[in-house]
Amino acid sequence: MEDALDPGLTAWMLTSASLVLLMTPGLAFFYGGMVRAKSVLNMMMMCFSALGLVTVIYVLWGWSMSYADSGVLGLFGNPFEQFGLQGTMYDDAGEFALDGGLPVIVDVGFQATFAIITVALIAGAIADRVRFSTWLVFSALWVTLSFFPLAYMVWGGGILGDGESGIAAWLFGAEDGEALVAPIDFAGGTVVHINAGVAALVLAVLIGVRKGFGREPMRPHNLPFVMLGAGLLWFGWFGFNAGSAYGANGEAGLAWVNTLTATAAAILGWLIVEKIRDGEPTSLGAASGIVAGLVAVTPAAGDLSPVGAIVLGLIAGSVCAMAVGLKYRFNYDDSLDVVGVHLVGGLIGTVALGFLATSGGLFYGDGIKLLVVQIAIAAFAMAWSAVATLVIAVPLKATMGWRIAEEDEVAGIDLSEHGESAYDFVAVAGSRRSHFTGTTLTEGEGA
Amino acid sequence: MKLVTAVIKPHKWEDVREALEGFGVTGMTVSEVSGYGRQKGHTEVYRGAEYDIALVPKIRIEIVVDDEDADDIVGLIVKTAQTGRIGDGKVWVSGIETVVRVRTGDRDAAAI
Repeated sequence: MEDALDPGLTAWMLTSASLVLLMTPGLAFFYGGMVRAKSVLNMMMMCFSALGLVTVIYVLWGWSMSYADSGVLGLFGNPFEQFGLQGTMYDDAGEFALDGGLPVIVDVGFQATFAIITVALIAGAIADRVRFSTWLVFSALWVTLSFFPLAYMVWGGGILGDGESGIAAWLFGAEDGEALVAPIDFAGGTVVHINAGVAALVLAVLIGVRKGFGREPMRPHNLPFVMLGAGLLWFGWFGFNAGSAYGANGEAGLAWVNTLTATAAAILGWLIVEKIRDGEPTSLGAASGIVAGLVAVTPAAGDLSPVGAIVLGLIAGSVCAMAVGLKYRFNYDDSLDVVGVHLVGGLIGTVALGFLATSGGLFYGDGIKLLVVQIAIAAFAMAWSAVATLVIAVPLKATMGWRIAEEDEVAGIDLSEHGESAYDFVAVAGSRRSHFTGTTLTEGEGA
Repeated sequence: MKLVTAVIKPHKWEDVREALEGFGVTGMTVSEVSGYGRQKGHTEVYRGAEYDIALVPKIRIEIVVDDEDADDIVGLIVKTAQTGRIGDGKVWVSGIETVVRVRTGDRDAAAI
């Protein structure tokens, strides 16, 4: 903490944080375009509500649970140590505290954006049918019990990191306080994507299928929205991955280029599967391939060669294109394929590092140890997320309840949960009321 | 007076309109509609899930005409809109009791 402020790094991290924040509105468009016109607002609101709720929680106890100096069993940081960011921002001299040349407060902003999008990702699994109030309560509890702990475990010095008390050190030993075979999760394959993907699977199974699932056509109502959202996600993801290098340097450049190449290859992988299986390459497939590639390269962005990233992207795009069909076989309504894209893609990226990591990968002659470590952290993350999600979602089902009334689901959740319609294509709608619901305007009054 | 209603393929609408104009038809009401007959719908695939989309887009034309013109106009629409493939549509004629032009109050033949 004695180092001087690094202005280049600080500028890049502020930029990265802004880029990652844009991903959540991007996700809202990506998801919103995929649902039917009668529920697009609810889907976008489930994403936007994370911007509101998770941000507030992050400042209060999220940062402390993720990065506090004092942890509990290597599983999560002490939420009270830096509650409300007390003691986080300033050093003993009253100056902005620095870590590696970066003001810690900048890192708070950067990390908060990761928590926001991770919660929003889950929403895609439970489209069209969930009470908004239950979703908000779930979001607050889930980010607290699943996201912050995993962030601590992987990045905050917990048991999924490279410390001497971690799983990796326990498996293959440690030296000078660091695991000999350090696990790799560059930007959040476990913390973000496996975590959200498992939560999505648990919720989809627990909450049940939409009325008409598998029978009625549930077509995307606006594919240009989906493509717009995928484009915004890709743009923001450069902050997500290249920002995770914590440097305005060559490593950030490598992560940037890998985020480009893996994603490009994943578009091709997804479209090839569609061309062979369905006959036509689709726009939805291209947009989905983008996200599958981005997810897979997230844990790996700083540890692949760009050619390795192409291999990873092709695998992620094609495997995810096939994985999205699993929900029909097993009859769980993961509406927008959070499991098929984020869980599967996150696992592919995390495990593929065991083969493709330029330092430690099997294909680079470094043996099987990293592969074992990667599988171990992925398995632990899955187990943690599954248990945390169940512990929150099952009591909510028994108390607040998850589902809206069936007739509201059929009529469209936008109207029943938000009192709005997304699209107004008719000139004749009715009469206006005053600002206060229930009071009809008298003639001459009003706007 | 008769009401001629035609449901045709959208890409034939411009040809039909020109033919009717050439015949002397001065106005019509046109709507974009969807429906199906023997053609049924088509298949769409989203993330590998195949959907049978039952409804096909069509154009519906409504014209009020004199009794003696009805058969000619039906013949003209059929000739112009026909491709010979399934899904070309239907034309039907129904009787009308009274027509009033809103601007002038003219009735029946004078209102057409």
